[in-house]
Amino acid sequence: MARPKFQPLGVLALGDLAAYVEFSPTLDPEINAFVQRLALALHARKPAGVRDVVPALGGVALHFDGRFEGDHRQAAGEIVMACIKDGLPDAKEVGREVEVPVCYEAEFAPDLDEVARAVKLAPEEVVRRHAAAEYRVLMIGFAPGHAYLGGLDASLAVPRRATPRAQVPEGSVAIANDQTVVYPYAISGGWSVIGRTPVTIFDAFRERPSLFAAGDRVRFRPIARSEFETASHL
Amino acid sequence: MTVQDRGRHGLQHIGVCPGGAMDGPALALANALVGNAADDAALEITVLGPDLHFSQETLVALGGGEFDASIPLNRPVLLEAGTRLSITRSRRGARVYLAVAGGIALDPVLGSRSTYLPGRFGGLEGRMLKRGDVLPLHPESARISAERYSTLKHKRAHLGHRSVRWFAPPLTLPDREPVLIHAMDGANFADFDPAVQRAFFDAVWQIGRDSNRMGFRLVGPPLPRAGGNEVLSGPTCLGTVQVPSGGVPIVLMADHQTTGGYPKMAEIASADIARLAQLPPGGTVHFARCNLETAAELRHDAQERMDAVLRGIRWEYGN
Repeated sequence: MARPKFQPLGVLALGDLAAYVEFSPTLDPEINAFVQRLALALHARKPAGVRDVVPALGGVALHFDGRFEGDHRQAAGEIVMACIKDGLPDAKEVGREVEVPVCYEAEFAPDLDEVARAVKLAPEEVVRRHAAAEYRVLMIGFAPGHAYLGGLDASLAVPRRATPRAQVPEGSVAIANDQTVVYPYAISGGWSVIGRTPVTIFDAFRERPSLFAAGDRVRFRPIARSEFETASHL
Repeated sequence: MTVQDRGRHGLQHIGVCPGGAMDGPALALANALVGNAADDAALEITVLGPDLHFSQETLVALGGGEFDASIPLNRPVLLEAGTRLSITRSRRGARVYLAVAGGIALDPVLGSRSTYLPGRFGGLEGRMLKRGDVLPLHPESARISAERYSTLKHKRAHLGHRSVRWFAPPLTLPDREPVLIHAMDGANFADFDPAVQRAFFDAVWQIGRDSNRMGFRLVGPPLPRAGGNEVLSGPTCLGTVQVPSGGVPIVLMADHQTTGGYPKMAEIASADIARLAQLPPGGTVHFARCNLETAAELRHDAQERMDAVLRGIRWEYGN
């Protein structure tokens, strides 16, 4: 009988109240999708003593309650194995389709020309290739609603900026290496900004606070400045 | 100064950290001293304190750091209507919590009244408090305050205020510096040269000036990373010690980012987070290397000590 494909490599302690069950030390899209199905199942299961389940790129972290007694690494491993054994939801139950309108015009794209020069493409072509792809939310973290989106066209790969910008405006769409992100609020950022969305990425008062969830399939729809202005006032 | 409670759990998968009081045990103590539930919201006061006016009779308590104040610390105090309470500066310990009977009655956001400053939500309008702000209390706070004070066993006046004969012991204050904090090896500890590993545990570190609720920058010897693969961005937690390529370690504190891409040198034992949080910028700390078992024991022991203190306080209330 073939060895099951998705086996945990190990459980790493993340301090004394959290444990990371690792399935891959690198980004492997198949394992990433598996980890997200696992996280969905764990959330539904609500294991006793577990306060947070955080799917990451190649594994899942379990954060325990402060009163937890026992070996939390062992507990995390057991909880995950029991969950897998009971069966995970299908891939199609993970995430949904999300379309994000983006204005790529110069005012919102301070790094577009620099990126175009670096990858030796016309700026319009950079925009076309960025908007043509279907992305997947690989992980959410760093800030509320901040999604790491995989699927960026390889021809657009640029490294992170040597000097991060002090304040990247909220809604900025940026790229680095093989991913793209949308900044949920104005923060310091080291990715190359090529556009901006009028959509609110994270709103603590909304029924669904985060626009993105792990496993979402995301498309960017180019919009003109006028549509950006209208949408911003909704 | 911000409104904080125990924080918001169950949302790290959408990037929302638990947040809440930097010194959890001190908040728990302050709440217990006024007969509150553990998750009631209080004021987190850092280094410099406010003047507060109380329009009604209110049972309050200051728990945590030793601050100069117009009321005694670490015990319940029943303030008369119209009292102006003055809290000035810390003498020992950077953070003190002011609890009021019935809690601060702001609307919870994402299940908590804690203020998350970077996201500008929670607490009062998601921001630090300023002069002129009015904080709503429980609609029955005056009645609750009077009732609870009346049930206290050993009443006595202090500094002209109605209080009690006893006080709760401060559990998280340093008695000397550098403060000793236990830390376990982090996931990327082995990526650092033995000399650098030793430097982390040998040095006396200073809390950097630009430290805040998100993280404490540690000033001391640089910690260059020798080799190892590119670190994959992954989950972090309260107490994770990250070392970016510049070599300056950062300890993730209450408003920590939920994931990060920097190498993890160490993880602070959860039992010692509160004591670390009591250090102001300029305060000094020394890390004692420990293993997971020791960290778990420390946590268990700290919880038992806290439970004993809380039992004692409930007994004083006749419970």
